[in-house]
Amino acid sequence: MHDFEYEAPTTVADAVQLLANHNGSARILAGGTDLIDQIRLGRFAPEVVVDVKKIADLQALEISADGLKLGAATPCYRIYGDEAVCRDYSALADATKIIGGAQIQSRASVGGNLCNSGPAADSTPALIALSARAVIAGPGGTREVPVEEFCTGPGKNVLQPGELLTALVMPARPAHSGSHYLRFIPRNEMDIAVVGAGASVVLDAAGETFVSARIALGAVAATPLYAKEASELLAGKPVGDEAIEAAMAASRKIAVPIDDMRGTVEFRKHVTGVLTRRALEKAIARARENAGS
Amino acid sequence: MATVEKEQQAVSTNGHYKVIGTRPIRHDGVDKVTGRARYGADTRLTGMLPAAMLRSPHAHANIKSIDTSKAEALPGVRAVVTSADLPDATDRVANLGEGTVNLKHLSDNVLAGDKVLYRGHAIAAVAADNIHIAQEAVKLIQVEYELLPPVLTALEAMKPDAPLLHDDLRTDDLGEIADTPSNVATHIRFEKGDVEAGFAAAEVVVEREFHTATVHQGYIEPHNATALWNADGHITIWMSTQGTCTAPQQTAELLDLPVSRVKVVPMEIGGGFGGKISVYLPPVAAILSKKTGRPVQLVMSRTDVFEATGPTPGSAIRIKMGVDGQGRITAAEAWLAYEAGAYPGSPVGAGAMCVFACYDVPNGKVDGYDIVVNKPRTNAYRAPGATNAAFAVETVVDEICEKLKLDPIEFRINNGAKKGTRRIDGPVYPRIGMEETMAAIRDCEHNRTPLEGKHRGRGVATGFWFNIGLKSTAQATVNPDGTVALIEGSTDIGGTRASIAMQLAETLGIAAEDVVPTVVDTDSIGYTDVTGGSRVTFATGWAAYLAAKDIQGQMIERAAKIWDCDVTAVDYKDGGVVGPDGKRFSFKEIAAEAHKIGEPVIGRGSADPQEPGGAFGTHLVDVEVDMDTGKVTILRYTAAQDVGTAIHPAYVEGQIQGGAVQGIGWALNEEYFYDDQGTMRNSTYLDYRMPTTYDLPMIDTIIVEVPNPGHPYGVRGVGEVPIVPPPAALANAIYQATGVRMHELPMSPPRLLHEILKQRASNGDQ
Repeated sequence: MHDFEYEAPTTVADAVQLLANHNGSARILAGGTDLIDQIRLGRFAPEVVVDVKKIADLQALEISADGLKLGAATPCYRIYGDEAVCRDYSALADATKIIGGAQIQSRASVGGNLCNSGPAADSTPALIALSARAVIAGPGGTREVPVEEFCTGPGKNVLQPGELLTALVMPARPAHSGSHYLRFIPRNEMDIAVVGAGASVVLDAAGETFVSARIALGAVAATPLYAKEASELLAGKPVGDEAIEAAMAASRKIAVPIDDMRGTVEFRKHVTGVLTRRALEKAIARARENAGS
Repeated sequence: MATVEKEQQAVSTNGHYKVIGTRPIRHDGVDKVTGRARYGADTRLTGMLPAAMLRSPHAHANIKSIDTSKAEALPGVRAVVTSADLPDATDRVANLGEGTVNLKHLSDNVLAGDKVLYRGHAIAAVAADNIHIAQEAVKLIQVEYELLPPVLTALEAMKPDAPLLHDDLRTDDLGEIADTPSNVATHIRFEKGDVEAGFAAAEVVVEREFHTATVHQGYIEPHNATALWNADGHITIWMSTQGTCTAPQQTAELLDLPVSRVKVVPMEIGGGFGGKISVYLPPVAAILSKKTGRPVQLVMSRTDVFEATGPTPGSAIRIKMGVDGQGRITAAEAWLAYEAGAYPGSPVGAGAMCVFACYDVPNGKVDGYDIVVNKPRTNAYRAPGATNAAFAVETVVDEICEKLKLDPIEFRINNGAKKGTRRIDGPVYPRIGMEETMAAIRDCEHNRTPLEGKHRGRGVATGFWFNIGLKSTAQATVNPDGTVALIEGSTDIGGTRASIAMQLAETLGIAAEDVVPTVVDTDSIGYTDVTGGSRVTFATGWAAYLAAKDIQGQMIERAAKIWDCDVTAVDYKDGGVVGPDGKRFSFKEIAAEAHKIGEPVIGRGSADPQEPGGAFGTHLVDVEVDMDTGKVTILRYTAAQDVGTAIHPAYVEGQIQGGAVQGIGWALNEEYFYDDQGTMRNSTYLDYRMPTTYDLPMIDTIIVEVPNPGHPYGVRGVGEVPIVPPPAALANAIYQATGVRMHELPMSPPRLLHEILKQRASNGDQ
């Protein structure tokens, strides 16, 4: 393994300073479940590794009237271990429960999953479905980016040298809303998504009409996708097969997957529709149980 | 060689034996569960240097030059080796426990000469002060390649215009050597009866073509070797191996040294399944040790293991079978092309013998082709060659049964091989248990319980494996306290310390716990063949039985001396010696007495048994298929197997379950996935998908005991045959569930969904 220096700042300002000083030759360490392997395999050869776990703000998990604020380094187990997250942000709980096994979930963070920017990242479609925004600190201050605009290609994202993802913020969930994330894997555990789908819906009080919906897809393009047309066409439609099938077709239309060792184009396109349906159906069921608090 | 004592045999172990058939705690159990057991990579020697290897990034290329000067100049580097450091192996042939081996091929596989034949092919190695320096140095070795187009499947490689791997390889076509080079190393044929007349008499003839992917044994522990080339010229190698005695043979041949110069210390082994017989690292580590004067350790990564150690072949198979109106097989034909990998030697011979081995085929013809391709040299994997063949033939049998509306279990019983059946390749069976495993499945609770629910199906398939005998040695020292120290040379993969010790204990009439078995190095025990071919409990067990008989004889002599009577008046029975007038010493007593009055008692046993007794297994599986994703869920699984005599039933069950699980992985998801440049794209356990516990139900086992007439306790090998039936059983169950016949492995979700969607489109639905 390549030699590197290790730094563990305790404030965002110090972290940003360190990153800026190394002008692109630093890598950020949160849980390290991707980074350590990438350094070991020679994909990255950073001069310095900046551990951000000791920054208190990056370990936040706060639910308020404004919504959910999730520190970028907050590990998965704390997310799915939080009752309010499980109730109101179910898709995020679903995703963090299936990333790796217990050991990985104790370290790995949703922020790290997003910054690694893999097309098959499990938590990213859940974030997109829940309208999450990425909060980024940098030498020039703080900016926010919708999560669906964060990734720019496999392993690539909008972070500039010196920038650090500090938090993910999601709006409060209204009554009669529900969400779900699921993925297709050939095995039942310890696997990577061949296709992933996240959905959130808001229904009318009767639970019969979509007020709004957001659908997101993973592993079917170079980046996780927000399925805009599929999401928007549901608004105002009665909950039923006709609307869902229209959303399935619209989801399939934007899927531009590749043939690889995990699946074929044919398989991924077909399953994109199947998982769109399954994600919606579970989100709808949850919304119908959720009369609001 | 000893003869079998028929009176010792029983139809069932039930109550017949005192030790055999019980389930004592394995002797090595505590070390295994406490982490104290020492594996090859745990080896730490004073002054030891780690080493790293340079492996080919290309699947097929000529090596124009190798420049190691920059690597050698890196501070901390102690030595670099390439094939130039290996003795010239041209035209040398040796028998090294895996049949005859072309040493040039073996040598080139250890370190490539003028050509690399697969991605991951070893080219050079560096020993350095630490592994990071060694890895950095490897990157500094400059190799000039001339790229050649790779050829990756048997059918592609057989084409006349295919790129050639070896310009000196000429087809051995039914004994005649061809004039021109080819990727087809060998063509073999077996024939019996009149095939044409047989098909003419058939009511139904089904002919199908099948394809199976390259799959790996997937042992948890990567290959490793730690070598010390001592100043006196003797080499010691600590390693993980299935061939304690064949590893030094292969290493000595590759280094052109007498075998007595190489000692192998077999460490605990983290799985092998046939893949840890070939030697990859020891000669390289040994030369690095010679150059540095220090012990040197090489350990593979998981990717090295996938890319450069023996998988089992991908194959193309055509099966044609005819059955008459009475449901009798009239003729069968098979055409098998197996990928050998980079050097000749696929298990197509075994596949060709096994393909119809479960059936009484009156007229048959089998053609087999051994084909080189730009993939790692294949190696043994649990019943090598048989699983590919069984997938094809058992699927055809299922289709024939469907066409003739015959029950697939009754069909197999009616056409099953039994004592006296002659296989197409010649041998006539002794007493075997194919029919009994079928009957056990037919009558089991699983089969009698109807399967209900949508998109669910039940499948059955059977399989055969020869097993082997070969040579084994055991030595047993009687301690004054009445315990016995047993030493043996068989690496313990599947609980064989226990199963061998139990046969010694049974013969002496003592407790299994009173035997302390130890696997020792090659200087400490007589020659013992590989832990493979399901032979250890059979053959090393036999050696232990002979060692116990030797001890019995010595104890009789000792007792006769004490009692001052003739040895003919003393007998050994019920765990002790008995003499005239009701005199008796228990084993403990005679052990103490013997210690007082004479030389130590040491029993020796060496065996070379010839009748391993074929093994048959029949598996039954229920599946449910997700019609929208092609994902198969296994609901229930039962495996019945004729094991001869179950020495330690828990480990017999473990072998059956382990084999079934590996067969399930092979069937559903495992495959070497190559890009068109010959790079394996899934050389990690993330993307090479072996089943986990979450993917499997309990594998229920039914132990059938038809004792092997060729063993004192009736043992048949059990380790291999359970991998044979699963892919076919699953394919047949998937057909029942979906109406889709799968002819290619793995039956992964993308492949199964593709067939389901195709069927849907042809039926005109959405």
